[in-house]
Amino acid sequence: MGTMGVMAAFVLRRIFQAIIVMLVVSLLAFVMFTFVGDPIAQMVGQDTSLADRAALRDRLGLNDPIILQYARYLGNVVQGDFGISFRTARRVDVLLAERMPATLELALVAALYALLAGVPMGVYTGLYPDRWLSRVFQAVSLAGISLPTFFIGILLILFFGVVLGWLPTFGRGQTVQVGWWSTGLLTVSGLKSLIMPAFTLGMFQLTLIMRLVRSEMLEVLRTDYIKFARARGLSNRAVHFGHALKNTLVPVITITGLQLGSLIAFAIITETVFQWPGMGLLFLQAIQFVDIPVMSTYLILVAAFFVVINLVVDLLYYAVDPRLRMDSSAAGATG
Amino acid sequence: MAANQPLLQVNNLRIEFPNRRGTLVAVDDISLHIDPGEVLGVVGESGAGKSLTGAAIIGLLEPPGRIAGGEILLDGRRIDNLPYEQMRRIRGKEIGAIFQDPLTSLNPLYKISRQLVETIQTHTDMSATQARNHALDLLDSVGIPAASERLDAYPHEFSGGMRQRVVIALALAVNPRLIIADEPTTALDVSIQAQIIGLLRRLCRDHGTAVMLVTHDMGVIAETADRVAVMYAGRIAEVGPVEAVVKDARHPYTHGLMGSIPAVGHHVERLTQIDGAMPRLTEIPPGCAFNPRCPKVFDKCLAERPDLRPAGRTDVSCWLY
Repeated sequence: MGTMGVMAAFVLRRIFQAIIVMLVVSLLAFVMFTFVGDPIAQMVGQDTSLADRAALRDRLGLNDPIILQYARYLGNVVQGDFGISFRTARRVDVLLAERMPATLELALVAALYALLAGVPMGVYTGLYPDRWLSRVFQAVSLAGISLPTFFIGILLILFFGVVLGWLPTFGRGQTVQVGWWSTGLLTVSGLKSLIMPAFTLGMFQLTLIMRLVRSEMLEVLRTDYIKFARARGLSNRAVHFGHALKNTLVPVITITGLQLGSLIAFAIITETVFQWPGMGLLFLQAIQFVDIPVMSTYLILVAAFFVVINLVVDLLYYAVDPRLRMDSSAAGATG
Repeated sequence: MAANQPLLQVNNLRIEFPNRRGTLVAVDDISLHIDPGEVLGVVGESGAGKSLTGAAIIGLLEPPGRIAGGEILLDGRRIDNLPYEQMRRIRGKEIGAIFQDPLTSLNPLYKISRQLVETIQTHTDMSATQARNHALDLLDSVGIPAASERLDAYPHEFSGGMRQRVVIALALAVNPRLIIADEPTTALDVSIQAQIIGLLRRLCRDHGTAVMLVTHDMGVIAETADRVAVMYAGRIAEVGPVEAVVKDARHPYTHGLMGSIPAVGHHVERLTQIDGAMPRLTEIPPGCAFNPRCPKVFDKCLAERPDLRPAGRTDVSCWLY
């Protein structure tokens, strides 16, 4: 009752904020795109007459004031119509839906790998800062944080793809259709194709998570309640994982959540390096062709991902930290 | 085994902090003992080595601090050189600890019940239900009202005084024979301090638990302790029955310390003040560590370090006796 009510109000407020955020993002994007170039020049041949070009421009509504164009686009979006791609003359929502599984699978696998490797590495380096393995992890993380993504990707391609020939250098491999979702996770070639892009994309996140967990662990291990937990004779396992690790989780969840958003958004670079047929690659092609409907919809979609992830992160706080769950009914007694 | 063997015996304990420029000696050759059920007060200024001695006894000296010499015996058995895992089993079970700040001693993410139950189950074979019932009894015994409703509350739902009660419940969870209480009331309101000290004293008397009460509050010591050890610059200046130390102090430092406490009832023109400050660990003078501040200093104090020797009703390390 009480807590649920607080929760529902919180979620509603966040959804309202999210809508405003997405409106602003899409408006900014829309305005920005008018400086990208002239979509007509990309759509017609060299010998198209000026009159034909003007007619086409008129037909696409590109002569209207930008605000009017935006309002029209928004009106259509609300009705579920994301427009027609200038370049491919196909529906934008269909185009993006085709590409979304590739990007989401890549981002999720990268995030999973970053978490599953980053958290234990962070815990280890936090608990045993002086061991040689910790120093190795630290050195690796320094490389991961300072080398640009595309560079790591290119090195991987050179080594595992070209020199050793173990892994495919581009594309998604074979995919299997599950409903509308095309997955590469069910075939050997799909999985093999995923290894290098996911590693490349997750590398930065891994080092970030590792360094974060490490510094949080070092911090938490100095606290009084850890000292007191030791004084109570709890086992190292209980102290390190039961008490210390859980107290590092709030910042880790925040960063991981935000990073998942940027994994999706910044998959563009990785997708380009590995020619991964995801939304990022589609977006990049759309920019070259000044394909405004595709660009706008992609940005709104990415904004939506960020907003949803942020909401989930905030709700996870409640699950982890009881101090945030406080409502009026549970006020502390005095004395 | 002798019938009157002390519960805890510390012999010639030396605690060092190695650093780049050499080694700091924070606790220098101290010896003390605590009998079963006895409350030993340990007083001294900040940095006198009181808390470090306590931490060394429960085996939780923080690196780079280390025991460089001497021995600590529990029931005549050495515990200062035990492997970590064996010492862990003694912590909480044989020797409990209470720290200064109740607001930070409890893990904020776990319910009180969980923290009590895990402590109980670490040291006993109780089932989860038995442990929970025992936890409830403990909360009751430390005076948490409506304990059954509060058992599943989180630490932030308690006030500071209540949290220190929970901490005491945790420290006493499996009935240790010795509690190291390191400034257990310093962070609390004055009105609550008396309650907490009273509670601690009552519980320990009921269970026959000995207490090493580390504090710089002479009032608390006078009320609570059976014996008191006065520490200065990592050494014991004077040790003896509390009444003798308070009323009939021999060491000039203890004397000054007692004179600096305002007393209700009889009027004093000015409180005594000890000139100067305790030397830093890097600047402890040769001879008696108190010699730069001592009003009765003479040649021998500058040259030789005095040992703890009986004088009157207390043991004093001072060349005057």
